[in-house]
Amino acid sequence: MAVKTLKIDDIDVAIEAGATLLQAAQEAGVPIPKLCAMKGISSIGACRLCLVEVEGINKLLPACVTEVAEGMVVHTQTPKLQEYRRMTVELIFAEGNHVCSICVANGNCELQDVAIEVGMDHSRFTYRFPDRGVDLSHPSFGIDHNRCILCTRCVRVCDEVEGAHVWDVANRGAACYIVSGLNQPWGEVSACTSCGKCVDACPTGAIFRKGETTGEKQRDRDKFAFLSTAREKREWTR
Amino acid sequence: MNLTELLDVAAAEKARQRPIKVHCCTSTGCRSANATAVMGNLQQAVENENLSDQVEVIGVGCMGFCGRGPLVQIDPQDDLYEEVTPEDAPSIIEALNGGSAKSIKGDAQHPFFARQMKIVRQHSGKVDPERIESYIALGGYQSLFKVLYEMEPVDVVGEIQQSGLRGRGGGGYPTGLKWATVAKMPGNQKYVICNGDEGDPGAFMDRSVLESDPHLVLEGMAIAGYAIGANHGYIYVRAEYPLAIKRLQKAIQQAKKYGLLGSQVFDSPFDFKVDIRIGAGAFVCGEETALIQSIEGGRGNPVPRPPYPAEKGLYGCPTLINNVETFANITSIIREGADWYASIGTENSKGTKVFALTGKIRNNGLIEVPMGITLREIVEDMGGGVPDGEVKAVQTGGPSGGCIPASMLDTPVDYDSLRAIGSMMGSGGMVVMDHTTSMVEIAQFYMEFCRGETCGKCVPCRTGTVQLYALLTKLLKRQATAADLEKLEALCLMVRDTSLCGLGQSAPNPVLSTLKYFRQEYDDLLVQPAYLNGTSSAAEAVTL
Repeated sequence: MAVKTLKIDDIDVAIEAGATLLQAAQEAGVPIPKLCAMKGISSIGACRLCLVEVEGINKLLPACVTEVAEGMVVHTQTPKLQEYRRMTVELIFAEGNHVCSICVANGNCELQDVAIEVGMDHSRFTYRFPDRGVDLSHPSFGIDHNRCILCTRCVRVCDEVEGAHVWDVANRGAACYIVSGLNQPWGEVSACTSCGKCVDACPTGAIFRKGETTGEKQRDRDKFAFLSTAREKREWTR
Repeated sequence: MNLTELLDVAAAEKARQRPIKVHCCTSTGCRSANATAVMGNLQQAVENENLSDQVEVIGVGCMGFCGRGPLVQIDPQDDLYEEVTPEDAPSIIEALNGGSAKSIKGDAQHPFFARQMKIVRQHSGKVDPERIESYIALGGYQSLFKVLYEMEPVDVVGEIQQSGLRGRGGGGYPTGLKWATVAKMPGNQKYVICNGDEGDPGAFMDRSVLESDPHLVLEGMAIAGYAIGANHGYIYVRAEYPLAIKRLQKAIQQAKKYGLLGSQVFDSPFDFKVDIRIGAGAFVCGEETALIQSIEGGRGNPVPRPPYPAEKGLYGCPTLINNVETFANITSIIREGADWYASIGTENSKGTKVFALTGKIRNNGLIEVPMGITLREIVEDMGGGVPDGEVKAVQTGGPSGGCIPASMLDTPVDYDSLRAIGSMMGSGGMVVMDHTTSMVEIAQFYMEFCRGETCGKCVPCRTGTVQLYALLTKLLKRQATAADLEKLEALCLMVRDTSLCGLGQSAPNPVLSTLKYFRQEYDDLLVQPAYLNGTSSAAEAVTL
């Protein structure tokens, strides 16, 4: 297997060819914020938080889908990137109705973590206060669209790992929402196996187990990386 | 079909044609002005005047002067009649018999026509788009024969590279380089895609080409297929262009019947079939990766590049994707040679470009001009200037482009010059504005368009356009402060630099370019913050 060497924030990294910049950064111990990328499912480069600067390229590149190349010099924490990341997080907070104090994921929320990581203490943008719904028709789970950041992890995990494809994105732009089945209530979608992978994949408290209250949501996120390696390499122990 | 048979078809068509041809525009623009009835009355009048063996009425594509439609043109006299009504139509035929025509006679030597140079639109207004014989009689499909029997694929690619042709969809990527990349990719299955998902407000160039001369595009695609080693092509047309779709379907059927598309084109080992895919109303599907997703039957969401479609495109195969106008240039380059094509235009932008000239201007319509012509020549000489008042700005490139102030009208129209002043060539929309237009309103209009058309996949484009629109609205309501303007600028840069695809990356352009050239208009709308003037503006946060 070919190996590439590169520099991320002045740290030398050697990693197998075909790996992404995000993997290389993790190997080097350089933290890069992200919301839509997750181990075990495909990367789509949608949240734009993991954008990095690569010397010699005038565009910002999403680390989650950019493959490493020999001799790359990568910067992950320039003032421009920090400012853009902060704005991205502000935009996400202004877009939905994110009220941490009453959220099941409070204290265990990737959006919250990212906000702290990028130093976002308030949003300079006007809150949109959208009128979004809650679907509690499933016997075990619920989805609160107010807390959804449209990262589509649930869509991908259900399609790629569980193979049920219960979720998808409906509409476009600001009207986008996560749709179950053929725009049916979740509880009526016969394809749903009630496996709960979408609950584990959800970075916020949008998809949750019924009965959980503020701050009680727990997840098993390593499950997806385990499942995908298990299937690829036949390693079934964890 | 071989060359002799093709020439026989051409000869038979020429023998069938009558000496006097009455061309009646039947494109969407003139149709909306009742051109179908005009054409019916013209045909009736030919019979009434007993001129059937002398005169034929042909329904043709766009003649360009859309603002004065329906247009009727007589060949070989080169008489042009404008704004023809069904009632006046018979008098045009009577005029051929010595009567006098009641319709307005246009000036065929007007700079609007005289300054044009037609390559893409060479047959527009002359060829009957619904009859392949009409296209063959004008030399059609001879370029395809030439490449199949006289040129190696690598030579075809070389010819396009040498011509200097650049993508006409807006980006301006060198077409020959794209062809060479796809041609060199390994793999047996490759695809050619023609992007006809034209959606910029005020742009209708591709529609006109598809409606007026569908075979020109099909022939260009087949040549591309031979050059890169693809046997299957798709034309992606938006559903809002029903006439273009109908004419393309007819054209594909006719070409197949003659053995000019399908298996063993011109009895050679080269197969090339073309399918039509119809868009479902999403502007973003004009972005190449979203378009490919849409053809595959998925949601039209852009995906990150690389991998570029040339490497991994439709169904994971190497795919060549070019715009309608790009393909329409190909046959001429093959026929006349790369050097001829490279002699037209400027150093880095070769050939001609079709523009849809609209807005506050006397002569609305479609023009094809050589690259390097100045905006002033287009707007003032060809377009006749603003009816009352002066040009304030010219918007090029649609929602991805920018507003060019009147002081910069002497800028030559080519890819690099337009980009250098903060606009872009785009697909070819050109909207002229006068002093009555508020530039902030224009910026708001385009932002509203982008806000409605973003697919919603990436955060900056999905939510950034919403916030930008809200900030522009706040400005226009005279509720914005200097801090809001600062926020607007910062957000524009962020959306431009961080969005996933071209839609988001270029969405702030109309704001950025109007800020650059018309900043005073923004400043004039600003108000003092509430803490300075003592009035409360707590309500505004809720209303916005």
